[in-house]
Amino acid sequence: MSKATIVLFSGDLDKALAAFVIATGAAASGWDVVLFFTFWGINLVRDPKKKAKKPKDMMSNMFGMMMPNGADALTLSKMHMAGMGTAMMKSRMKAKKVQPLKDMIKDAKELGVKFLVCDMSMDIMGLQKSEFIKEVDEIVGVGTYLKESKDANLTLFI
Amino acid sequence: MADETIDVKGLTCPRPLVETKKKLKSMQTGKTLDIIGDHGPSKKEIPEMMKEQGQEILYVKDEGKAWRVGIRKKV
Repeated sequence: MSKATIVLFSGDLDKALAAFVIATGAAASGWDVVLFFTFWGINLVRDPKKKAKKPKDMMSNMFGMMMPNGADALTLSKMHMAGMGTAMMKSRMKAKKVQPLKDMIKDAKELGVKFLVCDMSMDIMGLQKSEFIKEVDEIVGVGTYLKESKDANLTLFI
Repeated sequence: MADETIDVKGLTCPRPLVETKKKLKSMQTGKTLDIIGDHGPSKKEIPEMMKEQGQEILYVKDEGKAWRVGIRKKV
């Protein structure tokens, strides 16, 4: 069976969309797919409705507030234009019946895509597992990403 | 007549493929699925990708600007 591992490093809407189109397309084609969320990419799996279980220090709180909280809050890497560009892109996507990122995440999970989150980035950004969407499978280190990639036919860094 | 039908007209990449897979997952082996859509690349890609996964392709045909793909679930 074919397998893809994708590092989602970016927290930009456009790049995340590209990653999820590939991930869901591959999963629908019968591939094993593993997503590894790291650095800014972690913001994609934050759930704005969930709260941290353990108390946070001031820096962690600040980081949490400054970064996009969840897939709906991501913005374009180019042409964001204080929100205008991103809003235009979202309305364009809707008109063209491209799914919002949130729905792609659900589809990915339904098709068996594995969601792994980088433990080190979580630490730096002061995020906790209790703040993530239910689709997240595991909190892991780089070793797991490497192990998963060893037998992969395709590995991407987005 | 196919056992199940999905209409993916107006949907774009990768949804026709994703919706096909989701539907097949919910079906029993031996049942047939008729997909109607109008996303160009999917007409070629759905049969290719489903065949690779061991499904049987029954037909690929044009219907005006749309296409139909028939699949029998084998696995």
